[in-house]
Amino acid sequence: MLVEIQNLRIQFRTATGVSEAVRNVSLTLGQEKLGIVGESGSGKSLTARSILRLLPSNAISTADSLTFDGIDVLRADERTLRRIRGKRAGLILQDPKFSLNPVMTAGAQIAEAWHVHRGGSRKAAEQAAIELLAQVQIRDPQRVARAYPHELSGGMGQRVMIAMMLAPDPELLIADEPTSALDATVQAEILRLIEDLVSRRGMGLILISHDLPLVSHFCDRVMVMYAGRVVEELAAAALTRARHPYTRGLLECLPALSHRQTRLPVMQRDPSWLEV
Amino acid sequence: MIGVISRDWLLTETPASRAQAAWVRRYRGWLQFRGNGLAMVGLVTVAIMILASLAAPLLAWQDASAQNLAGRLAPPSFAHWFGTDELGRDIYARILYGGRVTLGMVVSVVLLVAPVGLAVGSVAGYLGGLADRLLMRVTDVFLAFPRLVLALAFVAALKPGITSAIIAIALTAWPPYARLARADTLTVRHSDFIAAVRLTGAGSLRIIVRHIMPLCLSSVIVRVTLDMSGIILTAASLGFLGMGAQPPMPEWGTMIASSRAFILDQWWVPTIPGIAIFVASLAFNLLGDGMRDVLDPRQR
Amino acid sequence: MIEVDALSVCFGRTEAVKSVSFRVARGESFGLVGESGSGKSTVLRAVSGLNPHWTGRMSIGGELLAPRRSKAFHQRVQMVFQDPYGSLHPRQTVDRLLSEPLLVHHMDNVERRIMRALNEVALPASVRFRYPHQLSGGQRQRVAIARALMPEPHVLLLDEPTSALDVSVQAEVLNLLADLQQARGLTYVLVSHNLAVVAHVCSRIGVMQSGELVELLSADDLRAGRTHHPHTASLRELSIELEEPETARDH
Repeated sequence: MLVEIQNLRIQFRTATGVSEAVRNVSLTLGQEKLGIVGESGSGKSLTARSILRLLPSNAISTADSLTFDGIDVLRADERTLRRIRGKRAGLILQDPKFSLNPVMTAGAQIAEAWHVHRGGSRKAAEQAAIELLAQVQIRDPQRVARAYPHELSGGMGQRVMIAMMLAPDPELLIADEPTSALDATVQAEILRLIEDLVSRRGMGLILISHDLPLVSHFCDRVMVMYAGRVVEELAAAALTRARHPYTRGLLECLPALSHRQTRLPVMQRDPSWLEV
Repeated sequence: MIGVISRDWLLTETPASRAQAAWVRRYRGWLQFRGNGLAMVGLVTVAIMILASLAAPLLAWQDASAQNLAGRLAPPSFAHWFGTDELGRDIYARILYGGRVTLGMVVSVVLLVAPVGLAVGSVAGYLGGLADRLLMRVTDVFLAFPRLVLALAFVAALKPGITSAIIAIALTAWPPYARLARADTLTVRHSDFIAAVRLTGAGSLRIIVRHIMPLCLSSVIVRVTLDMSGIILTAASLGFLGMGAQPPMPEWGTMIASSRAFILDQWWVPTIPGIAIFVASLAFNLLGDGMRDVLDPRQR
Repeated sequence: MIEVDALSVCFGRTEAVKSVSFRVARGESFGLVGESGSGKSTVLRAVSGLNPHWTGRMSIGGELLAPRRSKAFHQRVQMVFQDPYGSLHPRQTVDRLLSEPLLVHHMDNVERRIMRALNEVALPASVRFRYPHQLSGGQRQRVAIARALMPEPHVLLLDEPTSALDVSVQAEVLNLLADLQQARGLTYVLVSHNLAVVAHVCSRIGVMQSGELVELLSADDLRAGRTHHPHTASLRELSIELEEPETARDH
């Protein structure tokens, strides 16, 4: 197993005491595509980021076990973690505008990522950067390599980001709302690209999103989180047969294009959902 | 009515009226300020310094300008707590009386400078275009002059004295505030919440005064507290050049300047007003930091 | 109610909106869909008066619009923004936010109007003296809607009002908008990238692509797939494929 989490718990120290953000979450991930879906504040990002131990400084995370390819992440030192972060596991964030360095060309940033993790000459790194840009289906990689982030569209920026993450040839890709800032057409292209790359390279993928139908479209398995808990885990193909009222509610409250509704069903949150 | 104002009334989550909401806000702000130890140190120090200089006639048993050449440059003793200066005057009394002059100057300069800078900066930033270019070029002109030289020119044109020094320092101190307020305004000018206010039909003046200025206030306050010591030093330089406080009027900066020759042998003579300036600047700084935190409701 | 004729908006040399025309009847909901950069929000900002650099002819309620709008215009036409985090002044309480339009328009009964507005958007009275950062995203958007209702407008311009919200909150806000329209007889112009949302709220829809209005059609035609322009068809196909699991699985 690539990732194994048993009973993960994340708490935040605040002025008024301790608040629980994630409670008793367990998951295992092999070479497959897992979607984590939930609304804002459900703890989906925290759960995924805890694998890289990239949590805010006031967060306390505990778990019975939390391993990445057998390495105990919770007890690992910074040096071991650095060898995982960015090298063996890449993280793609929502807005490439904030994750790319604005004063470096796209090519230079990818070359840098390549050079840091794999060494070799500058020239080889630059060559590799252009190859990676071609791999993320950029038609004119030479031109994009010379462009600065502000000269790229949102979708193109996200491709550059993905190319950068692929440079060290990671085993796991965590994509945290990778397409929420993008248009529907671009969104579909980027997700297809990620899906394709993950399948071809035999990586594990964790796709985090608030959009349940979208995630189920691109993943094998979907984990639905509510208020820090996993309320339901199901095969993506079985989405319409979801049992938990929260999962059903998420699907039903979406306005549909295919049929007409006068009013949208509103989710009635049941306190018993918190007793999972 | 007094009976109604209890702790619970002041801490309620659901105020019944606007007046109560305003008091809850003030009381919460005070509680937060009180919880900030350093800010309280600043507040208490500033209060003590202001009270002490106001009560100088009661606290000082010596005349601040009485000379005693026989007892000049005396080290601190029971009779002269902080020693005497080069003319035999009691430094303790001069620090107390000097506080009136120095603190008075600083406060007047700040009261003149901060509103002007804030107004110029936020108007320029919000209106943009020609108004912005015009106002900022004026600001640049004032910024281009070395502070002391411009102040000197003004004092020379007027007559030397405290009032002229205050006006001169104020004239040279406002441009950074205008730049600061403009920079802050530019970051919020195109925000949705300002657009929303524009769409209510509010005029530019209303938007600037009621919606933009409050947002610029916190950085202006920080700048003010950082500027305090600089203002004291400029006042001292003017005094040293005979353009500020006129002898025998005691003023902290002038006291340091006139006694700088004794720093090696009679170190206390220039050091004690220096400590006064240092303590005052630090206290204003701590106070300002605390106030900035209270003014921003998001930090609560 | 709203008539837009040959509206063009330029940013410097680039033409962001190219001769767009549409009409919206009183009490109707009109939707504009398109991808980012298609110019749909620019149209809305020109109508609202936020962007004075436009050419063409616009009128609301029979009154021709000039680049500079009168106070009376702002009383009749209000707008709700996409980001409820950015559209509320961070240092003003809900009470202050809601009373501001009343002060600008010299309206009386401030106290009663605020309580009524909070009630209308289903917010408890206890939020009245809270700051925006103390509210959830959905509550903030309700405050923004309440603020837009304060001057008693006839027209609401909605700029992606639910795209920053969770889907369950989106459903609540969309229902609220429907209720308000019924109770007050409001005219809506809704801009969104989400076809399903636009089709749910609006009876007539304009599709925009790179500054041009490429198709005008009814929501029913869009649902049934009676589209004429290929861009409309591709947007529709994508929306159904990605967002509607049942239909996607059936294929």
